[in-house]
Amino acid sequence: MIPKSFEYFEPKTLSEVVGFLKKHKENAKVLAGGHSLIPMMKLRLAAPQYIINLEPLRKSLSYIKVGGKSIRIGALVRHAEIEHSQILKRELPILPAAAEWIGDMQVRNMGTIGGSVAHSDPASDWPVVMLSLNAVFTLYSGKKRKVPASKFFIGPFTTAIKPYEVLTEIEIPRLPKRHGWSWKKFERKAGDFATVNVATLILPKDGHIGSASIAVGSVHYRPYRVTEGERLLKGAKPDLELVERVAESAASMAEPTSDLRGSAEYKRHVTKVFVKRSLIEAIERANLNLR
Amino acid sequence: MYVGKPVKRVEDLRLITGSAKYLDDMVLPRMLYAYFVRSVYAHAKITEIDVSKAMLPGIVAIFTGRDLKDHCGPLAVESVYKGSKVPVHYPLAVDEVKYVGEPVAVIVGEDRYVVRDAADEVSVSYQQLPSVTDPMEALSSNSPLVHSEFSDNVCFRRSIKRGEVEALFNNSSKRVGIKVKIQRLAPSAMEPRGVLAEYDRGSERLTVWASTQFPHKLRTWISTSLKCPESSVRVITPEVGGGFGSKLSHYPEDVVIPYLAMRIGRPVKWFEERGENLRSTTHGRDMIAEVEAAVDENLRVTALRGRIIADLGAYNHTHTQDNPILAANMLTGTYAIGAVDLEVIGVFTNKMATDAYRGAGRPEGSYIIERLMDRIARTLNVDPAELRMRNFIPPQSFPYRTPLGFVYDSGNYEGALRRALELVNYEDVKRLKSTVRDRYIGVGISTFVEVCNFGYQSSYVKVEPSGLISVYTSTSPHGQGEETAFSQIVADRLGVSMEKIRVIHGDTDTIPYGSGTAGSWTLTSGGMAIINAVERIREKMLRIAASRLEARVEDLEMNDGRIYVKGTHDKYVTFEEVASIAYDQRKLPGGLEMGLTATGFYRPELTFPFGAYIAVVSVDPETYQVTLERVVMVSDCGKVVNPMLVDGQIAGGAVQALGQALYEDFVYDKDGNPLSVSFADYLLPSATEVPEFILDRTETPANNPLGTKGVGELSTIGLAQAIVNAVEDALWKMGAEIVETPVTPQRLYGVLRRRGA
Repeated sequence: MIPKSFEYFEPKTLSEVVGFLKKHKENAKVLAGGHSLIPMMKLRLAAPQYIINLEPLRKSLSYIKVGGKSIRIGALVRHAEIEHSQILKRELPILPAAAEWIGDMQVRNMGTIGGSVAHSDPASDWPVVMLSLNAVFTLYSGKKRKVPASKFFIGPFTTAIKPYEVLTEIEIPRLPKRHGWSWKKFERKAGDFATVNVATLILPKDGHIGSASIAVGSVHYRPYRVTEGERLLKGAKPDLELVERVAESAASMAEPTSDLRGSAEYKRHVTKVFVKRSLIEAIERANLNLR
Repeated sequence: MYVGKPVKRVEDLRLITGSAKYLDDMVLPRMLYAYFVRSVYAHAKITEIDVSKAMLPGIVAIFTGRDLKDHCGPLAVESVYKGSKVPVHYPLAVDEVKYVGEPVAVIVGEDRYVVRDAADEVSVSYQQLPSVTDPMEALSSNSPLVHSEFSDNVCFRRSIKRGEVEALFNNSSKRVGIKVKIQRLAPSAMEPRGVLAEYDRGSERLTVWASTQFPHKLRTWISTSLKCPESSVRVITPEVGGGFGSKLSHYPEDVVIPYLAMRIGRPVKWFEERGENLRSTTHGRDMIAEVEAAVDENLRVTALRGRIIADLGAYNHTHTQDNPILAANMLTGTYAIGAVDLEVIGVFTNKMATDAYRGAGRPEGSYIIERLMDRIARTLNVDPAELRMRNFIPPQSFPYRTPLGFVYDSGNYEGALRRALELVNYEDVKRLKSTVRDRYIGVGISTFVEVCNFGYQSSYVKVEPSGLISVYTSTSPHGQGEETAFSQIVADRLGVSMEKIRVIHGDTDTIPYGSGTAGSWTLTSGGMAIINAVERIREKMLRIAASRLEARVEDLEMNDGRIYVKGTHDKYVTFEEVASIAYDQRKLPGGLEMGLTATGFYRPELTFPFGAYIAVVSVDPETYQVTLERVVMVSDCGKVVNPMLVDGQIAGGAVQALGQALYEDFVYDKDGNPLSVSFADYLLPSATEVPEFILDRTETPANNPLGTKGVGELSTIGLAQAIVNAVEDALWKMGAEIVETPVTPQRLYGVLRRRGA
């Protein structure tokens, strides 16, 4: 890597990080796993003057805690740790399932969940999952501020994080043991960013759908929830016609751009296909009958 | 005996453990680094280059095209067909840039960071000119001109006419045509290119280390461009991490870096970035073909006619013109087609030049005819295997002269296809097509032939007094494993253990001139040159032994590191004893010259490996994603020296071929901006995309003492069209005619949408 020159800083405490950020604002960049920032620096798409490596804070920022009403994940937890977490496989299997589809093994071994959501690439995977799960992000700037996923992802590479704040924790509301879930990612080849990615959660209630959450990524300037489709599903006994309508509603919300991954028309088409497949899988996993 | 056995590669310890030295591992005292400023426009006049802001601390020099024009002469073009246009190609653009990525200035500095930083500060003022990226548009009369000194964008137009084509078409019962566009590919060797040069003023010698496939030719090209005697240049290839045809050209950096080392008086290194490699290293393929076949009532293809349009890019690179011509000359493939009428047009566009890429014209030729054969079968509703059986050159017809002028040495195409059909379980696969309901199943066949062994080779072999054997070869292996294969061959000839043999390549000071490594020729031509030298050494050793054992030469055999009197176990001398006698004037029999060395050359005779490949695919009916369900490859590369190396070559080439069929595409936008400039957008297949290949072989020996034909390019020549044929077969009922590749899901969606499916 031949980046522009930069100064490198290893903090001892979070307060040091915040102090540094307050001093240098946009000129400083926080480094976690480095799998988004480093390639951008290599291509000189990013040229921060100061790099603050969070690695020395690993002890305090890398944990997966399940308790009470939420699951709390430290910002420095690596994708591979989520992929292989036994407790998450039991509690919230969509997380390990999604982690398995991120990048390649090298990326998963280094990249972190906090880095990924803070980077907020509109084609990345965690933002979609976080949006579907109603995750809440803890931002630290000397004091804590909590921002829900619905207000966190603002646009491509843009989040609610202020230049002097650092993302420390992700809090995800716990779901009942019996919930249906599905993670579907359509990629051109293994390790690719998604052409479309879909996270679906179904809470069953007396043979019906109690509530549903569907988030779609990569086909819009930011991930979005299929709100109309979720409304249609609430309280319904699912059938294929309903699934089709929800999928159509999801596709109609997409605003993809034509690029090497395909035309906007094709992307809308696969959005529909993948929402349909995701919904069917989640319904089946919720042990609901699909007529 | 080693030949024929899957002996482990002698190269692997150093390659796998990381001790091998590649170009970028090399550091010389006082070494400087170079970085090239490259054009961001497809076509523009350079009005001014301002380097004043770029003279950062640590920068030693910056040169522009104008500065170097009188010192670094135009790049060599080896392949020039009669009547073709060959624009002068300076290493750095002088007044005008013709493609994005063309070097316009070079920066030399103390480290690789400062030269990269300085590149951002070089201000090049351009006046944009109209550009053309589509070869069909480039052929139209109102197209912008890539080279204003010429009246049009046609580099060459060649008509190839053999036999009574018109009469055969008039008498045919059916005519079937096909149009295919073979996309542009980036060879993507794992190690990019690189050059390091050092000049010694005292001895007036220039040493150039380069990641190249052709050390000797590179020396010639450098000396021509720099107008210095060839004797003052030495080219050394360190370990080379793949080439696939992209490192057998004469590149701008090959001239500029040596020049800088001479001019500045310090060693200079340049090592390519991946983005540069994708933009500015030669591309492959990029041809459009429209070919029609005349078919008689017995389903025999009697004649072909049509044209091939090749997008050459902006310049003739070293061998650019060869590829479309070879594609045309191999178009009749494995079939007894007696008449051909083809027009081949090479067209300039504002893109990087195309040149050899694993197969170099042969994959395109095979692709066209094999896509056409499957299309004929589908159109006429005949089994594609049956159609091929009716049209093959029969085994008893070899040597076989094709209408295009090649003489195929030996072959048994039916035999290979029968074996492939058996292995794929053809009848079962055909049943699957109607029984599987949730996916579309298709099967595609490709039966193909390659021509190889174009290059001559040399060798120098020495046996030292200790009995150690050094084999110097003018081939330049870079991953293929010939150090192993050559050791096997030599060990068997001299009856010694492989460990005694060291194979050395890639140094023009110590090795006689030869052709380097390309074109599937290394084992056969390099191996034969080695055998020719080894035979002389063997003969001399036998004469020494005969005198020692008081036996006749013809009664001796070399085995187990000893030379025996045949039929005895105790009458022998050891290999080492004989070697030491060769260097001992007291013991050497009279009439023999001292020493044990020999030089060998091989004058190549063309060989024609072949194969029969079958792919079975399934297509997702909603996303149109293609999955390779079964891939059978029956290859015939003549005699096999090391089956493990052969399987490795077949598998590696097959991955590149499936990349061509399904993933890889080097894309330019209409303004000539390359879009596939990282591996995030130029999709090389990864292990996940590669199915388990079912590999088998038939063995039809070539007419040389080794019996080998060549294997390096066989599967890139053979496999892509089997996969594309299978996809078209899967979607044929819906009216899908595939023209463009790769067959990505979005492309198939487009094809079927146009058909209203």
